Amino acid sequence: MKKSIANWGNYPVVESDEQFFSFTDQLNQLVKNNDEFIARGNGRCYGDASLAKKTISTLKYDNILSFDIQKGIFECQSGLTLDKILEVIVPKGWFLPVTPGTKFITVGGAVASDVHGKNHHIDGSFSNNIVDMDIALSSGEIISCSPVHNIDLFEATCGGMGLSGIITRVKFRLKKIETSFIKQKQVKAENLEEIISLFEKYNHYTYSVAWIDCLKKGENFGRSILILGEHATIDDLNEKQKKEPLQLPKKKQITFPFNLPSWVLNAFTVKAFNFLYYGKNFKKEINNVVSYEPFFYPLDAILHWNRGYGKNGFVQYQFVLPLEAKQGLIEILQRISDKGLGSFLAVLKVFGKQESIISFPKEGYTLALDFPVRKGLLEFLDELDKVVLQYGGRIYMSKDARMKPEILEGGYPELDKFKEIIKKYNPDGKIHSIQSDRLFLTSN
Amino acid sequence: MATVLVLGATSDMGIAIAKKFAENKYNIQLAARNPDQLKPAQSDIAIRYSVDCTLHAFDALNFSSHERFFNELVPKPDVTISVFGIMDDELTAFDDWNTTARMINTNFTGAVSILNIAAKYYMKEKKGTIVGISSVAGERGRESKLIYGSAKAAFSAYLAGLRNKLYKQNIHVVSVKPGFVYTRMTENLSLPKLLTAQPSEVADAVYNAVVKKKNIIYVKWFWRYIMLIIKNIPEFQFKKMNL
Ligand SMILES: Cc1cc2nc3c(=O)[nH]c(=O)nc-3n(C[C@H](O)[C@H](O)[C@H](O)COP(=O)(O)OP(=O)(O)OC[C@H]3O[C@@H](n4cnc5c(N)ncnc54)[C@H](O)[C@@H]3O)c2cc1C
Repeated sequence: MKKSIANWGNYPVVESDEQFFSFTDQLNQLVKNNDEFIARGNGRCYGDASLAKKTISTLKYDNILSFDIQKGIFECQSGLTLDKILEVIVPKGWFLPVTPGTKFITVGGAVASDVHGKNHHIDGSFSNNIVDMDIALSSGEIISCSPVHNIDLFEATCGGMGLSGIITRVKFRLKKIETSFIKQKQVKAENLEEIISLFEKYNHYTYSVAWIDCLKKGENFGRSILILGEHATIDDLNEKQKKEPLQLPKKKQITFPFNLPSWVLNAFTVKAFNFLYYGKNFKKEINNVVSYEPFFYPLDAILHWNRGYGKNGFVQYQFVLPLEAKQGLIEILQRISDKGLGSFLAVLKVFGKQESIISFPKEGYTLALDFPVRKGLLEFLDELDKVVLQYGGRIYMSKDARMKPEILEGGYPELDKFKEIIKKYNPDGKIHSIQSDRLFLTSN
Repeated sequence: MATVLVLGATSDMGIAIAKKFAENKYNIQLAARNPDQLKPAQSDIAIRYSVDCTLHAFDALNFSSHERFFNELVPKPDVTISVFGIMDDELTAFDDWNTTARMINTNFTGAVSILNIAAKYYMKEKKGTIVGISSVAGERGRESKLIYGSAKAAFSAYLAGLRNKLYKQNIHVVSVKPGFVYTRMTENLSLPKLLTAQPSEVADAVYNAVVKKKNIIYVKWFWRYIMLIIKNIPEFQFKKMNL
């Protein structure tokens, strides 16, 4: 049935015939009966990657297939969301090897965007933990691939934005945990110089992320809070926590009921940040033990927070620059702060080395922030793109709704190899999205 | 631990009901024409809820196989839930007797055949619960649901009669009349949001009805009143309406 759909940024909104399947043979029929389509998970990518005239949703294809509790190996259908996985694995002493900042994404989406977490410099991206997986090609045939088998298909699927086919099954390794809590350290930085040196100082921490105030000018330009974490051991817990060390967090959620004018969300984050930054308990450093939920998924507590950006929607801009390009980071933040179009907060993380052909992460610093859609924005982002390329960086396709093809090409040196592989497995060009058309990844 | 049998487990409602009972620590027996399709659901239920889940081949149209099907179940289910049903195009059905017969035989005759067998077993045991998923379409005959509606009407009458018959033997019968439900059957219809239930809401309602021994349930409460109004329209007027 045709309906209007959009991803997390509510931009763009398109008419699409969204189709569902519960069984493998139904998927086979759908793939055969449609002359074009793109896979769609939970629509948590921000832009147009999972949008097209026809979309095949995996959300009803979400069974757990196996869980080896001794070895920590988990296998499921691609439409299962991470929140459901956590409910099953955490009480048994396991955690996701890599998790993005929201748990409401599907496993298929985790692979297709090759998502990263706050531990990329230690554990790599999601695809580093895949044992093997199955892909339904545009012919309807389902074939399996892994880092050692059908390698080209594997490489083009991890981070390939759904263009190699529909991922149907994924088997991946989990991470052993003793408790479901996180030992957290928060450190205040006065400016950008300091936050970078703090990242370097604490690079042995498994999890690290910084919230940067994008508006502050002058000597406090880039003031920020670095948030570090390790999975807590039993000894780290207080008596109450020790009673049930692997407990699941209590469900507390509020829903954003409708679209708000876009300054509301900004005003809210400014307040929250300042409250923390200037809080009387926050001299330089806070150390505490918290549930994994607020540590990994602070935004999930407010369902539909994206409505806070108003009905025009927003785009999220995320890029990575090589470690040595600190000057680039300063320049871009400066431009954002001068222009004043962006959100108040930006998220800064570090990436370690990564070998892959189309995945976003590469060694360096990655910055992400939101821009409510308004006049002049797209032109401004085009300018930023050029700076990103100039410093040897690249843009994250999973957040993108507007990049030009030459920017993609400039950032991903193995793009031609990627295009060749998807052509090999998708010779009839049936699989494409609005994004892949815009970026000339698929020609139709 | 108690066991529940779900007949017609490949449907969205069937799976949702099975999961709801599994969540409440029932062992699950999933029965469908093509049980192989249910292997992923089987592993999911077993892993997610730490209960036993088994698969069984069951064809509602093959009446003579029902006795054997039920006899071979180990253990025998404490709760038997009949979810299966088909809704073919009514114009096709009116033209084609095979389609009409299949609709009646699946929605009514097949259900009676298997539930009679379950009922006889429960009478011997002097306990048990039977749930039948009927439909609001069975409340009053109308053009757009000519065959489907009349088959469901017959099924609703059967369930009511069965409830009456088994009450004295400590066996409870629940009739479920979901209104619109978001399922594969209705995927291409645009349904009024307020009146349409998710399969998980049907599952919650069914579980609740079994635990609280309710007799007849509508999933979204206003359906009871909608149907009350529809049933009270005088026939001389009703027959002229486009329904
Ligand atoms: C609040 C928030 C925080 C986030 N934080 C991070 C973060 O820290 N790190 C990070 O890496 N990302 C992050 N993201 C982005 C998100 O993790 C990715 O966009 C993810 O791919 C979304 O998955 P999805 O299931 O919603 O898929 P969708 O958004 O529907 O689709 C995303 C892409 O995956 C493809 N796809 C989906 N399912 C399949 C399948 N079965 N087979 C083939 N292709 C498929 C689609 O075609 C599309 O190209 C965040 C998003 C939000 C909303």
